[in-house]
Amino acid sequence: MKKSLLGLAALAMLSVGPAQAADKFKACFVYVGSKTDGGWTQAHDIGRMEVETALGETVETAFVENVAEGPDAERAIERFARSGCKMIFTTSFGFMDPTIKVAERFPDVLFEHATGYKNAANVTSYNSRFYEGRYILGQIAAKVSEKGVAGYIASFPIPEVVQGINAFVLGAQSVNPDFKLKVVWVNTWFDAGKEADAAKALADQGVDILTQHTDSTGPMQVAAERGIKAFGQASDMIAAGPETQLTAILDTWGPYYIKRIQAAMDGSWESTSTWDGLAEGILDMAPYTNMPDDVKAMAEATEAAIISGELKPFTGPIKKQDGSDWLADGEAADDGTLLGLGFFVEGVDGELPN
Amino acid sequence: MEHELIVNVLLTIATASTPLLIAAMGELVVERSGVLNLGVEGMMVIGAVCGFGGAALSGNPWVGVLAGISGGVLASLLFGVLTLSIATNQVATGLSLTLLGLGLSGLLGESFVGQAGVKLSAVDMGPLTEIPYVGRFLFGQDPIFYLSLLLVACVSWFLFRTRAGLVLRAVGDSHDSAHALGLSVVKIRYAAVAFGGACAGLAGAHLSLVYTTQWVENMTAGRGWIALALVVFASWRPWRVLAGAYLFGGVTIGQLHAQAFGVAVPSQLLSALPYLATIVVLVLISRNKRLTILNTPACLGRPFVPNR
Amino acid sequence: MALELVKRPSPSRLFAALSPFIAFALTLLAGALLFKIQGVPPLAGLYTYFVEPLTETWSLHELAIKAAPLILIAVGLAVCFLSNNWNIGAEGQFILGGIFGSALPVLYPELSNNTTLPVMLLMGAAGGALFGLIPAFLKVKFNANEILTSLMLVYVAQLLLDWLVRGPWRNPAGFGFPQTRAFDELARLPAIDNMAGRAHWGIAFALIAALALWWLLRSTRSGFEIRVIGASPRAGAFAGFSSKRLTLFAFALSGGLAGLAGIVEVSGTIGQLQPSISPGYGFTAIIVAFLGRLNPAGIVAAGTVLALTYLGGEAAQMSLGLSDKAVRVFQGLLLFFVLATDTLIHYQLRRSGDTHGA
Repeated sequence: MKKSLLGLAALAMLSVGPAQAADKFKACFVYVGSKTDGGWTQAHDIGRMEVETALGETVETAFVENVAEGPDAERAIERFARSGCKMIFTTSFGFMDPTIKVAERFPDVLFEHATGYKNAANVTSYNSRFYEGRYILGQIAAKVSEKGVAGYIASFPIPEVVQGINAFVLGAQSVNPDFKLKVVWVNTWFDAGKEADAAKALADQGVDILTQHTDSTGPMQVAAERGIKAFGQASDMIAAGPETQLTAILDTWGPYYIKRIQAAMDGSWESTSTWDGLAEGILDMAPYTNMPDDVKAMAEATEAAIISGELKPFTGPIKKQDGSDWLADGEAADDGTLLGLGFFVEGVDGELPN
Repeated sequence: MEHELIVNVLLTIATASTPLLIAAMGELVVERSGVLNLGVEGMMVIGAVCGFGGAALSGNPWVGVLAGISGGVLASLLFGVLTLSIATNQVATGLSLTLLGLGLSGLLGESFVGQAGVKLSAVDMGPLTEIPYVGRFLFGQDPIFYLSLLLVACVSWFLFRTRAGLVLRAVGDSHDSAHALGLSVVKIRYAAVAFGGACAGLAGAHLSLVYTTQWVENMTAGRGWIALALVVFASWRPWRVLAGAYLFGGVTIGQLHAQAFGVAVPSQLLSALPYLATIVVLVLISRNKRLTILNTPACLGRPFVPNR
Repeated sequence: MALELVKRPSPSRLFAALSPFIAFALTLLAGALLFKIQGVPPLAGLYTYFVEPLTETWSLHELAIKAAPLILIAVGLAVCFLSNNWNIGAEGQFILGGIFGSALPVLYPELSNNTTLPVMLLMGAAGGALFGLIPAFLKVKFNANEILTSLMLVYVAQLLLDWLVRGPWRNPAGFGFPQTRAFDELARLPAIDNMAGRAHWGIAFALIAALALWWLLRSTRSGFEIRVIGASPRAGAFAGFSSKRLTLFAFALSGGLAGLAGIVEVSGTIGQLQPSISPGYGFTAIIVAFLGRLNPAGIVAAGTVLALTYLGGEAAQMSLGLSDKAVRVFQGLLLFFVLATDTLIHYQLRRSGDTHGA
């Protein structure tokens, strides 16, 4: 038995060998979820596949899914660094410190970490201004809602989610100053059943617009059943609510990935902190549907204004939830404050945890 | 408006509780026969993917229900072959079944992700649903809801009012005496394990056909574990499982409503409430030691191999 | 001509030695088939899965990191399971160990000195033990079933950790992200050989714990009590042993070891508290404990094998593109084979009706 095992191993060595062509540029992706989760990770994986299509034979990609944020992450990243990846994208906030640690040990490999704030000579951080899309959603909600109150299914109280809630309320109040928002925290990114439960609870309490910062289509289905409207998240959820979805915020990482990998291939890659928005195409809006033409025109105008830089969602006057002043008239929030945003603006119904 | 809200909340609670109730009911019968199957989560998730697939491929939700049940039964038979025919350790086998089920369902469901599903719609009993307050709750729900209540009544009747139920309990309480009396311990346990698999599969199908009409990986999200805990909570008595499932579902939905009302308590504390409530109630009802021991299957988790 | 099991008069030495190999051969076959279906060359798949992680030093270090918590927790669980205490909440005790142990470096970073690390480890073990004592106390005092209470407390522990790192313990300089401050060097469990890899002294704790369990079961009165009460609570009662005291002892011990594993993981591998500090170690350790037949040497072996399946699974995903679902199916099959062949140690297969032998 032992002999045959050794034989197996020897054979296997032969077949593993240096199978990859040496001159291909290898880009690798570490995912926190499943690549078919219909939300966050799937959006990154679509970006990866766009890289393969766009750069064709010159590039090779690899990925690993369902890597837990925690002790396993560093090992997964290190294995990629050792296996010939020239560039590694780590696509969840919890991978930040492991990425930095591995990057120290592999100075010749380039790293890109999504949604964090730490950089190094060979580590870039990149993020998307999802809140720009949320502002548009808020405006649409205020126009379409008859009751003047929307429900927001939130995952975890991190700055990215708080930005989204605030931007939604600011957008809504720009149309209807009395607009209210009810927030329910479900403490998960992905649990279709629990998200649906939260959606039902909000619908029962009389909201007629739902929006979510969680990744399943559970809430969209509930909205469809209850005959109210909803917004999709991360990917187009129109299939789950053909007469329900007003629009959706789409994470479109592909163009960014192509740009960065190309830069690495031609030697022009530099470490930066990128925080792109609608203008750069790192996020996009799904078609505006199920709404009157004037609302659609307004949404398109707002989108254009954000892209041109004319409109910045976090521009004063804005008061905090407790009524104190945050931004003076015409003053725009700086990125540093936004990245650490930890309070609600006026008009949000509910406590920000902690 | 007020009563509308109450009815809606009750309906939401019923939907949240039904899969817990069904899966727990199945596990209760399994454990009453003396077998501890910790693989409920795995069987349930297989039921969910088979249920979704059956319904989506045929276009008929009832085919999905049958597929879900069959998937659960097949998974449970795998467990049965190992633990009953070759007497492996039940705890480790059950946990491995969960691991396998989560992986296998992911493989089977790869092409279903993102597909629109087929919903098992609520029964329509016409004017009866118009009765104020109770109408929609009693007469306007999905078929699996009624099935779940029927299941409780049937299991309770079977276990305590029939000879076969007595035999099943005898096997769970003392497999050696049962064997000496000429009962086929292994066959009876196979039947119980398969029933547990059918229930877990049905519970999974409820998730993907009623609760949310879609397939996503790991969509059971720990509900199988809660079902296991409910059996213990109920000290192996069917009607208490019903109470436990609705208590758990009620607190789960209640905390979401509390948040939407703007209650200023950390959401983590609210999320922990269902678990804490279950512990507290268990402590309160377990204090009568004699009664508890009376209902605990004495051979739970012990492998049986006939000794001739 | 059905086959049936017949108990052997005494466990078969031959099969005790042989069963892992039979299981391994079956696993190779099943694995080759599974890889083939998934479009991965079977031999390359098996090599990547089982051999590659063992061929490089850094990877061996990773194996030690992954195996350490599994072994530590499983050793404690073995004491519980041997004495009929169904602790399935080790995951929660692990988390509480992480929380208690981190209190010092998170709340008083300025106090950092040479005693920091030992205090952290002690507090971690104490935290896990205290959390483990809750179900034990509820069991002996109120007769509440420990399967339910220990499992439910896992969820409570996860939410408590979540609340702490998003709220009171959040790094003030961390832009509101859910992490505590990073521990300084004095609060980190050091690496065994910094140049070669990441492995820290956690694996040493695990091996010491396994040795201590061996000694406990073999040479102490407690070990004797555990075995007697585990085999028959009534016999234990006649012998004057208190099963209540044993319940408290077993839960405190297993909780303490799980808690130690938790703080070792936080201070050795991660270096700060974050919302998720365990990829299910507490549950996987239950499999490890039973796979290791509840004995120390078996647990060390089972913990290592299970750690290898995680590493190999990752390697197969990354270099061969095998889906992680297939990896989990494979892991499940492997466990089934090991469990099934283990039966042959205690039982033999025979055609029914055949009454010769035995």
